[in-house]
Amino acid sequence: MIDKDPLARVLFVDLSSRRYWIEERRELFEKYLGGAGVAIQLLKEKCIQGADPYGPRNPIVFAVGPLNGVFPIASKTVAMFKSPLNGNLGESHAGGRSAISIRMAGYGAVVIQGSSDIPIYLAIKDEKVNFRDASVLWGMGNSYSVGRVIRERELGAGIRTIMRIGRAGERLVPYASVITETYRHFGRLGLGAVFGSKKLKALLVSGNRMIKVRDAKSYRQTYNEIFTALTTSPLMKKYHELGTPMNVDPLNEMKALPTRNLQQACFEGAELISGESFAKNHLGRRVACAHCPVSCIHLGALREAYDIEPYFYRTKMISYDYELIYALGSMLGICSSRDLLKLFDEVEIHGLDAMSTGVALAWATEAQAKGLISNEETSGINLKWGESEGYINAIRFIVNRSNEFYREMGEGVEKVAKKYGGSEFALSFGGNEMPGYHTGPAALLGHLTGARHSHLDSAGYSIDQKAFANRNRLDPVKTASLLIEEERWRQILSSLVVCFFARAIYTPETVTKALGVMGWDLTHDDLNEIGFDILRAKYEFKLREGYDSKNARIPKRVLDTPTPLGSVTEEYLRQGMEAYMSQLGFSSETVCAKAGS
Amino acid sequence: MIKVQSLASRKLTLIDTDLCVGCQCCMFACARRFGNAGLEKSAIRIRSAGGMERGFVVVACRACPDPPCMKACPTRALTLRNGGGVILDQAKCIGCGSCAKACTIGAVSWDDSTNKPIICVHCGFCTDFCHYGVIKIRSSEEWERDR
Repeated sequence: MIDKDPLARVLFVDLSSRRYWIEERRELFEKYLGGAGVAIQLLKEKCIQGADPYGPRNPIVFAVGPLNGVFPIASKTVAMFKSPLNGNLGESHAGGRSAISIRMAGYGAVVIQGSSDIPIYLAIKDEKVNFRDASVLWGMGNSYSVGRVIRERELGAGIRTIMRIGRAGERLVPYASVITETYRHFGRLGLGAVFGSKKLKALLVSGNRMIKVRDAKSYRQTYNEIFTALTTSPLMKKYHELGTPMNVDPLNEMKALPTRNLQQACFEGAELISGESFAKNHLGRRVACAHCPVSCIHLGALREAYDIEPYFYRTKMISYDYELIYALGSMLGICSSRDLLKLFDEVEIHGLDAMSTGVALAWATEAQAKGLISNEETSGINLKWGESEGYINAIRFIVNRSNEFYREMGEGVEKVAKKYGGSEFALSFGGNEMPGYHTGPAALLGHLTGARHSHLDSAGYSIDQKAFANRNRLDPVKTASLLIEEERWRQILSSLVVCFFARAIYTPETVTKALGVMGWDLTHDDLNEIGFDILRAKYEFKLREGYDSKNARIPKRVLDTPTPLGSVTEEYLRQGMEAYMSQLGFSSETVCAKAGS
Repeated sequence: MIKVQSLASRKLTLIDTDLCVGCQCCMFACARRFGNAGLEKSAIRIRSAGGMERGFVVVACRACPDPPCMKACPTRALTLRNGGGVILDQAKCIGCGSCAKACTIGAVSWDDSTNKPIICVHCGFCTDFCHYGVIKIRSSEEWERDR
């Protein structure tokens, strides 16, 4: 890496003692680039074994990489922490202005340790960390307001990130999100609740610096190549135009769109909540993350009349994406795009992860229909497919943790089903609620094995879609090796940190060139090796914290409902998991020994 | 096509802020003129209009014919540019910041490492990286004709 690249600096903030300091960790960045690669090392170092996710010994690590602030669409920040949702590795990525702001403030990583006794927010401006009283913001009903207050109180408009939590995070719902720049999220695995446990309401980072490159000429040339590809390549078109909701139609057509808690994989109302429908009826504005010309963030305009006063309306701008449409739409049988926008808004107001929320509500709807829970548990709400009003009220009860049932609902689908029954249709993998791709065995195996138990780990759906198109079947060992191949490469992208949407542009060749500009001379083989090491490091952490792939829970529902590639068997998935762990270099003995230690 | 003789008087022109997605690629382009990455040297700034739901504000030099920044400079480091706006004489500039304060729209950015203003030279490099056509470079004649 280039001499004096500020990327090597790690800012430590201790909320307990209200102190901060900077450490040079050049060796970490030289070896692991940044982002996910560095974050997992810092997490292993700072998070003691068996740490309580809500305790002061659970650090929050934010890391960016060498390409942030240098090349376009290197726009993501990686957050790592111990997840309160599954009690293991928590990793979540977000864009907005977070990555650029951290890099421009002069850091490769920010590590937040300890916990505060009173609500506070942090304002990090270049070298300085300000601890600000957030007592007034704590308990504020709407997360939008929190953003507005901080925006108006602090300097740095345009060159700052404002990450904040809603009441869900304050009240320790373990799938609470951290919202950044109103429309992007560290959504998965409960970073919002970790913020809440530290009484950290928000984190502002701003900065405005120059970053030296090795050679101006090759910098400009490489930059121009990437920029041109991003803005002209047909591979980026779907993100430009309809955005991620363009997936609704094709997934539904191939019968891979989880519907009504995956009782079906095809939704008769899909057309009404498709990307086309949202674009036609609601799209009000498109916005972008900092340093990304793609502008995939689609905001829908929702005009609503007040019933208390004639001729009174409000128009809200609400972001929509595929995963929200799946989790709160087809999974709940909702086919009104207006109702969906209201539900999206509700989870946003409280700062919840939309996917976990939707999956939990889908379980509850089926559980109520089956008589596992009654009106008594639901406080009188009849949860019914397609009826958004009940869901909106249920979301409020979850955040308020209003009774025993809703408290359990607010612990995630696995826990609530354990208590009330219906585990066979509680759709989570590794304790993380399921994403919306019932495409086949590779997707399911990917959710089971991926380090985050997310579709983003290894994109199994893509392997399935190819197998579907080519009409071929892969054995579990082959599927596991394809998943690892993808996941290891994604460790590189998430260490740079490049948005996965540009994975077709940031090929190994382009990455090598771009890293050359920043002073890393690495071959494709080197990158593969680093990617593998990072992935293994994540698994070392997972095993240390008790991850047990042998006893991973497979909800029966995912086996019962056929995928486009037919029904998947438990045997296939178990074999695949074993192959995955052994290809990663963990023998079954190590897995057991580590899990038992 | 811009005529050669009018190159010196071309102007950065704002076409429509509602087209702006807030990607800030223009800011990065401007900072990259001198070969490095980052944002510090950028003369153009994009921020939200009070939350991204309201869209964005483009803060850039309008190439005023009678610029307040120039009039505020105590050392005459800023002189009128052909076509409007100003040219900075680095040697004369004492870094007092009066120009930045004087600009009504806040389009004079500050370079903390040199302690001097960052003055837009209307080169148009930023416009090459504005994918949505929010900003364009025009000759003074075109600008007058289309306004």
